[in-house]
Amino acid sequence: MSNGYQIIVCSGIVPDPLQTLEPVQTPTGPGLKNEMMLPAVLDTWASHALYEAAHLASKVVGSKVWLVSLAPKTKLQQVMMIVAQKAQFELVAVDCPSGGFSDPYESAVVLADTIKSIPGLDFNRLFIFGGWESASRGAGVTLQIVGERLGIINQFQGVDEIKINDDGSFDVYERITEGKHQISQFSKLPAILGWATGNLPEPKNNPQIGMVNMRTIMPSIQRAKQVKLENKNLVFTSVQLPKQERTTRIVKDMPVEEIAREIVEWIKQ
Amino acid sequence: MEKILVLLHTESDGSICRGGLESLNASLSVKTQLAESELVIGIVGNNVKSAVSNIAGCGAKSFVAVEGEQFDQPRYCTDAIAIESIMKAVKPSIIIAPATIRWNRVVPGAAYRVGAAADTHITGVLIKDGVLKASRWYYRQRIEALIHRTQRPWVLLIDSGVFKPYSGVPADAQIEILNVETPETAVQTRVIGYREPPVGHQTIRPDAKLLFVAGAGWTKKQADGKVHIEEAEKLILDFLNLTRASLGSSKSLVDIGSEGQAVLSFLSHLNQIGQTGSTPRHPKGLATCCHGEEPHTVGWRFINERRAINLDPNCGWARGKADVLYVADAFAVMRKVNELFSGSIGKKR
Repeated sequence: MSNGYQIIVCSGIVPDPLQTLEPVQTPTGPGLKNEMMLPAVLDTWASHALYEAAHLASKVVGSKVWLVSLAPKTKLQQVMMIVAQKAQFELVAVDCPSGGFSDPYESAVVLADTIKSIPGLDFNRLFIFGGWESASRGAGVTLQIVGERLGIINQFQGVDEIKINDDGSFDVYERITEGKHQISQFSKLPAILGWATGNLPEPKNNPQIGMVNMRTIMPSIQRAKQVKLENKNLVFTSVQLPKQERTTRIVKDMPVEEIAREIVEWIKQ
Repeated sequence: MEKILVLLHTESDGSICRGGLESLNASLSVKTQLAESELVIGIVGNNVKSAVSNIAGCGAKSFVAVEGEQFDQPRYCTDAIAIESIMKAVKPSIIIAPATIRWNRVVPGAAYRVGAAADTHITGVLIKDGVLKASRWYYRQRIEALIHRTQRPWVLLIDSGVFKPYSGVPADAQIEILNVETPETAVQTRVIGYREPPVGHQTIRPDAKLLFVAGAGWTKKQADGKVHIEEAEKLILDFLNLTRASLGSSKSLVDIGSEGQAVLSFLSHLNQIGQTGSTPRHPKGLATCCHGEEPHTVGWRFINERRAINLDPNCGWARGKADVLYVADAFAVMRKVNELFSGSIGKKR
């Protein structure tokens, strides 16, 4: 029997951060203008979680990484063309909306049920990773509910690092304020880690890993179960872009000394 | 009739943090506007008597607490048990809590245990047609929405800096201490310490009056065709030491380190503001050498007064986003600013 870890990374997809976003009303509630046309990326913090999962798996022989993704499958297929080259994983795809205006409770139920359905899951070796918040909803709720539904009480959020100690216990570094980290120690899995940025750089594209991954990714996307999120309890009264335009005083041709003096006076006010 | 629970935790010194006092004020505002509603305070932590005495005059109907050494540490398992116990004892319909680091990590999970829904990062509450509504941001502070839930209980975690903190005259209050059992499994996670940032490293400090934002321009070739990293580092660190400003940076400046380019050695992801960083709330912000459009500028959406120094008068970071844009060389301006600050400090001495 393998002693490696089973690491499940939960992630949705989000519009590329460089895209202009405009809210619109759709028959199913608020959404984004041309949402299906916007280029998408794997959710930012969940991406860090995936890199950390692959790094942890590489340190312990017999470990395996799954990526459980809730996203429209046509968009997911595009995103996977890039993500598949970053780290080795098996994709478990669920075909459902991934917009920020969906209720995290409904997403969490789908995620937890999907995780439970993965064959051969061993809770004594299980880590569930994800971003501590999504770049769309930014709630920080989903992973906590996934943990509650799966009965996992070792939960950590805003994680930047995990260390395996010689006795098999784990030290988790959670981000708090002013650049500090809280260090928690635990010894028994399962555990949920909601990652902040971590410490690893984005891996370079590796076409070989991509080719290995794509063998399982395409079948997984093709058989992805379709799920509807209904927002049963969440009501949006208004959704709008912030009114943020300021009248900017543009100061040109002012001597450096005067600019500096003006800035110092302003700071001191 | 709504029953409002204000859910607080104590700090290690037995006080209630500023965010907790702000959420208490938010709750008092909601209570005033919701007819026949009542307010109960729930506190988790150690030394709750001292914490309660400072808010005893707030008009709450009662005070309920879960107290003990095991509830002093911010730990998911024990915090969840404590919150669940308070919610079951009080049976509130609305729960208002501060979005502290500790509460953000546990309240939604604990709320789920009692069938409650939680919304985090709330930036405003209002009563419209007798219905409580809350505002929050989506897509990393790029879209604002007003929401409400039909589900009860409903938990609102209020971001700090939105409401004024409650202040009142200390008094005695009757506290109902709940008897809460903690199974052995709940304390298997132990907080064993804290890691401080390396000495001299500057990060975003929420209490600072000024946010200094360093952009990627600091690491680019200057007018003489050369990169001046060491001078950039010195200018920025001197400014931070002289003004006690908080240091933020754009994502591009943090990222270029992993791309093998010259970097400012004291910057890390902890300084990052914007789409994938924090959105700090400081009264003033000074952006230097920052370039970018909408996704990057969300980092200083909640900065009240904003000024920028940039060589590009059309810079998307500043135009329409800052109050003043100085079209100038940031190296030269910051050198002079530091001289002026060090001169005024010298005079005071």
